[in-house]
Amino acid sequence: MGITLRLAWRNIWRHPRRTLLTLAAIAFAAAILVFMVTLQLSSYDTMIDYTVRVYHGHLQVQPEGYLDKPQMRNTMPDARTLGSHVRKLSGLGAVSVRAMGFALASSKARTYGVQVIGVETEYEGKVSTIPGLVKKGRFLSSDDALEAVIGHVMARNLKLNVGEELILLGTGRDGSVAATVVPVVGIFESGSAELDRHMVQLPLGTFQDVFSMGDHAHAIVVVGDSLEQLAALMDGVRAGLPAESRLVVLSWEALLPGLKQAIQMDWASGWFLYLSLIIIVTFSILNTFLMSVLERTREFGIMLALGARPERIGAIVMLESIWLTLLGLVVGVAIGTAIVFYFHIHGFSYPGMEELAAYYNLPAVIKLTLSPLSLTLGPAVILFVTCAAALYPAFRIRLLKPVEAMRAV
Amino acid sequence: MMSGLNLSLLYTLAWRNVWRNRRRTLVILLAIAFGIWSMVTLAAIMRGMIEQQVRNTINNLTGHIQVHAVGYRDDPAIDNSMPPPGPTMLKVLRGKKNVRAWAARVRVPAVVASERASAGVTLVGIDPEAEQGLSFIAQAVTEGRYLQSPGDHGLLLGRKLAERLETSLGKRIVLMSQDIDNNSADRGFRVVGIFDANTEAAETGYVFVGRTLARDMLKLGGRVSELALVVHDRQDLDTILQSLTNAARGLDIQPWTKLEPLLVLTVKMYEATMLIWFVVVFLAMSFGLVNTLLMAVFERTREIGMFQALGMRPRFILSQVLLESLTLLMIGMAMGNVLAWATIAYLGGGLDLSAFAKGLEWAGLSSVIYPLVAASDVITANFLVIVLGIIASLYPAWRAARYVPVEAITRT
Repeated sequence: MGITLRLAWRNIWRHPRRTLLTLAAIAFAAAILVFMVTLQLSSYDTMIDYTVRVYHGHLQVQPEGYLDKPQMRNTMPDARTLGSHVRKLSGLGAVSVRAMGFALASSKARTYGVQVIGVETEYEGKVSTIPGLVKKGRFLSSDDALEAVIGHVMARNLKLNVGEELILLGTGRDGSVAATVVPVVGIFESGSAELDRHMVQLPLGTFQDVFSMGDHAHAIVVVGDSLEQLAALMDGVRAGLPAESRLVVLSWEALLPGLKQAIQMDWASGWFLYLSLIIIVTFSILNTFLMSVLERTREFGIMLALGARPERIGAIVMLESIWLTLLGLVVGVAIGTAIVFYFHIHGFSYPGMEELAAYYNLPAVIKLTLSPLSLTLGPAVILFVTCAAALYPAFRIRLLKPVEAMRAV
Repeated sequence: MMSGLNLSLLYTLAWRNVWRNRRRTLVILLAIAFGIWSMVTLAAIMRGMIEQQVRNTINNLTGHIQVHAVGYRDDPAIDNSMPPPGPTMLKVLRGKKNVRAWAARVRVPAVVASERASAGVTLVGIDPEAEQGLSFIAQAVTEGRYLQSPGDHGLLLGRKLAERLETSLGKRIVLMSQDIDNNSADRGFRVVGIFDANTEAAETGYVFVGRTLARDMLKLGGRVSELALVVHDRQDLDTILQSLTNAARGLDIQPWTKLEPLLVLTVKMYEATMLIWFVVVFLAMSFGLVNTLLMAVFERTREIGMFQALGMRPRFILSQVLLESLTLLMIGMAMGNVLAWATIAYLGGGLDLSAFAKGLEWAGLSSVIYPLVAASDVITANFLVIVLGIIASLYPAWRAARYVPVEAITRT
């Protein structure tokens, strides 16, 4: 260890109590930041993962303009072939083709306006959790079967049960009347109030028949292994699309802009809090740094008189601050990690979270997972801000005049 | 309690001690001021968000109290309609000064179809006059005109829905629903107004027509689906709820807290978050405060020893350090509150968060947030800092009072 480093280290421990308190302040801030940032990032991942897997998928291939204005006539031709092409491209198998439309759904008792989705029965279960959430009856059997599954709120509103008939009346792609009577084979509970109330699913083939779609459809839904690979997946799919097509590849961020912005807002408001915390802690630390320099004015005067360069003394003071901060950060990160680890095993929850989570279709318990980012981001910001604060006391040393300084009390 | 102590002398000593080291005092004052500033400002922004969320929900046809036929809330169909308010109920609604506005509505699921497209909506038949001051729709029409009477032949469409239906002002569209006999009912309307709402859900979910026309179309006679009211002061809610319940037996009468349990939960969560944050900020501050006081006491070891040798009682010394801490806290708090007040005044025109518009909509918020200062939040923040601050200062004060005179004087 160099002499400068060692001097700095010894200086820290001149006032053990003051040093410990300062350490505690830094450790406190670091532990809170590690925990909070991990909590935020973990809950975002959970939110995104849960939300996209219900229905929207990680990305969708759609005809240009369909997202903004979901018009029945804006379609992609030969969709099934394109779908299996994309399936080979991404090599994941989690690719499914959908067609969407609007219809009046009637039972004997009631009529409601509903969203009708035509799905590839074989693949839908791989991109969406809805087929697995059929609580009564079963999911659709084959692409040309005349059958339907509906959400449980809709089933209740229409007073329909499994085995009973649903009448659908809408407009086909060419403007003709689209009408069919289809038995309900299953009722799903997706957890999303919106989907449970408004959605009817038909096999894709049946949908194309009823709505005069031919071989057209509206979307190819793709689900990847994880969010990290999303960008690569998008590029791959985009490169594999026919060159002349009017198709666009949309990520979940475009499909669910509300989710994306809610996350951004939470992240931004979180950092407003964290920066306040860091600034307050920095003031506390600044006082320690400042005091330790002021009380050694004499000593510095003597060192200067003996020929020590002001830069050297400045470096010692800076090193003291850095030592102190690093030590505090190590303790804080350790405590923060321990807290995170506890919630990694037991899951994080708070009173009332269950009801809120159910509404937004999220799990009631968040499993905290430490990532390199969540571990280092908070402490790095603290280190940066405290180093900036330490510059001031270090800089003051340059203003010292040896003779005056030696006379100081 | 402080018998035998000269308070003014004690205070002079504390005051002078605070200013012995100006730079150090300024730094800790800044820390306290900044802490208070962040607490009060944050609380005002959060309070503004809470209030806005509550107001948006109340405005979004919810009102403070809703009356329905039993079963309507579970199954909002035409079968679950109810007769219009009878004389006893009208007496409550009209007689009470604290009811600000009330209206009876027809509200059923329907399908709206233009030449190009159709969509599922909620058909709301309103008395346009009565909705003034009750729901958003009376102020929301930005193109064309609002409905003029319950018999108005026009229809109001949300901007987003108009885009989806590819229709516009002056065009005809068709509403389809079920009448009371379970037959399909439809009727053409001309779009006379386009409205903008806080949320896309409201813009695409509701279609407004005159109540008389809705009743005719659905063969409802005088019946209605829903009665909503708002009160002047939310404090009176329980009394009105009680008199309504007495006046209208057999109906489902609910306050907004029951209609929107999620909102109540969200408000509680906000408040809990605020309090937790207050404590975290305070803890961060207290490290600095205790440290500063410890240093101040430590460098006065000799002096304190001397005081004691001259006969000053330990509790006098304890009080002196506590007073020193109290002075720091009070000055810091005054600075912080003034800063916070200035910040909030600056943000008074609204905090524009339109970059997050969709995300805010998820939370039921508009894109401009108006900070709202609640006295209780300011008091909580200040009270917390003062009380906990004094408690934290007990440690350095106790250390100072514990010095043994002879040892303290001889220490260099």
